[in-house]
Amino acid sequence: MATQTPAIETAASSRAHEPGKLILQVIHDWVTTVDHKKIGLMYIGYALIFLLIAGFEALLIRIQLAIPNNTFTSPQTFNRLFTMHGTTMVFFVGMPILFGFGNYLIPLMIGARDMAFPRLNAFSFWISAFGGVLLYFSYIGGSGLYGAGTAPDVGWFAYAPLTARVFSQGHSTDYWTLSVFLSGIGSIGTSLNIVATALCMRCPGMKMSRLPLLVWIYIVMSGIAFVAIGPLTAAQIMLLFDRYLGSHFFDTQAGGSAVLWMHFFWIFGHPEVYVLVLPAFAFANEIIPVFSRKAIFGYPAMVAASVGIGFVSLSVWAHHMFTVGMGPGPNVFFTFSTMVISVPTGIKIFNWLATLWGGKIYYTTAMIFAVAFLFQFLIAGLTGIMLAVSPFDWQLGSSYFVVAHFHYVLVGAIVFMIFSAFYYWYPKITGRMMSEKLGKWHFWLFLIGFHLTFDFMHIPGLLGMPRRIYTYEADRGWALLNMIVSSGAVFQAIATLIFVYNLVNSYFRGLPAGKDPWDAWTLEWSTSSPPPSYNFAVIPEVHSRRPLWDLKHPEDPDSNYE
Amino acid sequence: MGTVATLPHGIETPDANWKLPSRGIVGMVCLIVAESAIFIIFVVAYIFYIGKSLSGPTPHEVLELPIVSTICLLSSSITVHLAGHSLHRDQRRLCSLWLAATVLLGAIFLASTGLEWYKLIYQYGLTVRTNLFGTTFYSLVGLHASHVIVGLFMLSLTLLFSLQGKLTINHSERLEVISLYWHFVDAVWVVVFTVVYLLGR
Repeated sequence: MATQTPAIETAASSRAHEPGKLILQVIHDWVTTVDHKKIGLMYIGYALIFLLIAGFEALLIRIQLAIPNNTFTSPQTFNRLFTMHGTTMVFFVGMPILFGFGNYLIPLMIGARDMAFPRLNAFSFWISAFGGVLLYFSYIGGSGLYGAGTAPDVGWFAYAPLTARVFSQGHSTDYWTLSVFLSGIGSIGTSLNIVATALCMRCPGMKMSRLPLLVWIYIVMSGIAFVAIGPLTAAQIMLLFDRYLGSHFFDTQAGGSAVLWMHFFWIFGHPEVYVLVLPAFAFANEIIPVFSRKAIFGYPAMVAASVGIGFVSLSVWAHHMFTVGMGPGPNVFFTFSTMVISVPTGIKIFNWLATLWGGKIYYTTAMIFAVAFLFQFLIAGLTGIMLAVSPFDWQLGSSYFVVAHFHYVLVGAIVFMIFSAFYYWYPKITGRMMSEKLGKWHFWLFLIGFHLTFDFMHIPGLLGMPRRIYTYEADRGWALLNMIVSSGAVFQAIATLIFVYNLVNSYFRGLPAGKDPWDAWTLEWSTSSPPPSYNFAVIPEVHSRRPLWDLKHPEDPDSNYE
Repeated sequence: MGTVATLPHGIETPDANWKLPSRGIVGMVCLIVAESAIFIIFVVAYIFYIGKSLSGPTPHEVLELPIVSTICLLSSSITVHLAGHSLHRDQRRLCSLWLAATVLLGAIFLASTGLEWYKLIYQYGLTVRTNLFGTTFYSLVGLHASHVIVGLFMLSLTLLFSLQGKLTINHSERLEVISLYWHFVDAVWVVVFTVVYLLGR
């Protein structure tokens, strides 16, 4: 690596425990802040807490399923566990952590001082945070802790007519509806902020064709969010009307249609998973080139592929509904569109491979997570293509094959890249390096656990094990496989704890990082670690996609590599 | 070309040729896209349930074309545009006048909707729980009306500031952002009118 630039702005990198500042003053500072960096960190911290909670819920699920005819949890508690696990992971871990990274990085990467609408930023965070608290209040609200309270138990997709007043008595479904509704408002606010910032706050010289790929992808992700979250909000309003005003949107007795809920939910639900995965691609686009010491291969194709994925993702939703009986026309259409989306995704994978090819690879913890992401995302995509074939889906829909597929993407691709992003940007955020040794332990334990759990999970699915069952008979032949799947969860739990320890310990004891420990090329590495509240002393002017490369290699401008 | 060093700009003010779009307009366009997605779902639900009510009043029996209120709402788009136009030329009194006209026309639309609903509820017994038509009609038209209320609130505030003499040519762009929202509300009404009062009957 090139020589590290020494950390000069030590004053700017002093943390919140300045002597003489009362703890209340610190809390007040954070609660009232509109600084994108603090808000980004609050999003990330909040998401990490929910990651541990939802992960704990997953552990309980796996304990219950480890042996046949288990009585560790009751069926009702089990229903609440998988509902809360799914809802929490999607809305209160995935979305916040990705918005958190976006909030932190985007203004820095485009040479701006903050997001376009800082107060909206703060509002979006707090309303999402309130949503999460509301969801978990459901455990103790209502009938209290007796009977596991009134946490929602209708699955993360809350199908009608199970959610109707008559079938879901009490308020459990309302907790789901309202908390997710609030999270949706926060998501739209942040997406609006991201688009406005990326279009309107770029530093001089940063044309759209020089925008870091991370920023491009966040723009696409926000565009999808605008179009996709609306349907969920609308459907939830309809559900609330049905439950409280006696309307008949999903009321089959009055001629309403439960399938309509499915359409509306999945019009949201499918693009939502692209909202979750696109930032993982964004991180890969920044991290893989730096640790291959090569500019990303095919920048224009990457932009086009990302936009293409955005558009196609809006047209595939009913592949979640193949078993509902839509008829051959829709089944064929959605099979086709689901397969089409693999084309731009494949382009991206090939471009990442081409970036690695001929590069000098540095196997830092961030990089090994990114390499694992490449393999695992590929496999996840392949099982997705298998499921896209509707007759195949008729056999395997709602089985553990589907669970394995989507966890392969969510954990194997998205969580792995989130870990990678932590190791990569932690030095910038805190001014300290994370421990590479602990990082390697984290990686290998998590990798073993991930594969034990999710590779083997495909097989019970193929053997016919349905989803959302709280136990199974001993003579089905699923017992050993479930035991292996559950054992993997233990490895993942330990690895995650090591990661959290690393995060906390490195903050106090990590090596000082300096401005640019990875010898990287985008603007966030040109300011101190952590950046001052105003980001840049002087707003930079850029002339290429890799402004720091130009600074470090004035004889070899980045425009040669475009 | 050739000059490659990323030099920090000497002065804070950016290069005169570096033009970026306006935050307010971009933000409002994003909001409009997101809101359109919500409206489209309610419109889809309305269309899906046309003719599917099992009982109760049908659109044909109870709906009359709201011609007057539609003309009022659509004209209010013109008046708000004229308000922006006059503010841009620093004609503040004229701006106040056009803003007042917009608020008045919008209020007439709302009152008219209110009267229509009163008639539907008390004369025909149509409520949101009567049948599928009631469900989808009140939610779609009600969602639109709530957006009209929000828009009227913003416009009234703007009118207040204008009457107090606080609205100047510097606020031209902000008025443009609000008018963009109001045009969106109008466009939604065109769709709702077509689907509910023309197609649905």
